[in-house]
Amino acid sequence: MDKVYKRTLGIQEGVVSGFCPGCMHGTAHKLVGEVVEELGKLDKLVRVEGVGCCGLGQAYVSHDTIIAAHGRACAVATGVKRCSPDSLVYTYQGDGDLASIGLDETVSAANRGENFTVIFINNGIYGMTGGQMAPTTLIGMKATTAPFGRKAEEHGYPMHVCEVLAQLKAPQFLVRTTVDTPQNVIKTRKYIKQAFQNQIDGKGFSLVEIVTTCPTNWGFTPKDSITFLRENMLAEFPVGVYRDKDAGIE
Amino acid sequence: MAKGKVDINPEFCKSCEYCVVSCPKKCLAVGEKVNSKGYLYVVSANPDDCIGCAMCAQVCPEGAIEVWR
Ligand SMILES: Cc1ncc(C[n+]2csc(CCOP(=O)(O)OP(=O)(O)O)c2C)c(N)n1
Ligand code: SF4
Repeated sequence: MDKVYKRTLGIQEGVVSGFCPGCMHGTAHKLVGEVVEELGKLDKLVRVEGVGCCGLGQAYVSHDTIIAAHGRACAVATGVKRCSPDSLVYTYQGDGDLASIGLDETVSAANRGENFTVIFINNGIYGMTGGQMAPTTLIGMKATTAPFGRKAEEHGYPMHVCEVLAQLKAPQFLVRTTVDTPQNVIKTRKYIKQAFQNQIDGKGFSLVEIVTTCPTNWGFTPKDSITFLRENMLAEFPVGVYRDKDAGIE
Repeated sequence: MAKGKVDINPEFCKSCEYCVVSCPKKCLAVGEKVNSKGYLYVVSANPDDCIGCAMCAQVCPEGAIEVWR
């Protein structure tokens, strides 16, 4: 028999991740490693990470990592990529980091069409700090800072990052996906590969939004969190390609 | 003889069971032993039925599963 699936070299050998059981941050880390390993560029890979549970990845991945101040990953990645154009640069950010405190840096980098890749983890909550409301928290969903559930009149509506960025001219590739089934994992791997290939080809800003579970702060078992993701998260955040200049999707 | 084989690293498994629900042949199940972190790790309960499709490994968040076919 031949080995048909192996653990990627993009994550450290023998190291157990710090993520909670069923947290799809792990899946996203694995996919980035697999894609860049396949592209043969692991030695050129630089990760700029936000603040949040993504920080647990610092001791997990096998490539160079910079931790930006909360929300500033896209600004730091701009500097890294411009100073070191041969590096393959990506930011790895949660929804609190990318869409709340860091919204300015995200939109500005997208608007400049910066040539790096963004991996955006949308789990609808602040995971690391214990379940506060995020810009992506669903209407009616409880958070420690919205104990009776999010109300549109008081807290505004869930923020749709791909749709907002699709208003700009510069971005090359904007896609929303999820990793709840093997089929969706395979699809997401394809999107992440395209996002990194765009950077290698100098095409500019590519963002892959992955809708994920946070079983711990949603208060579900991992299996039930997948049901919640399918029935509620994906209803508010439809998967799909929001921009792909190569495919004529503007 | 089974067409495929999975190797699940007990120390990486956190028992989320995403692999258990994704296996088309229902090969996998939560085992009876715990690992050093206290998780009941998943084992291949029906290894003869494995077809080596790697669906379990695709969904595993922890990169705990390697597959042969
Ligand atoms: C300037 C600043 N403000 C607030 C915090 C506290 N803080 C740490 S992580 C975090 C939110 C993380 O949420 P998210 O980006 O959604 O990531 P997740 O943990 O869900 O993956 C906050 C508010 C901080 N570290 N720095
Ligand atoms: S708190 Fe949520 S986002 Fe953070 S590691 Fe746990 S499940 Fe993942």
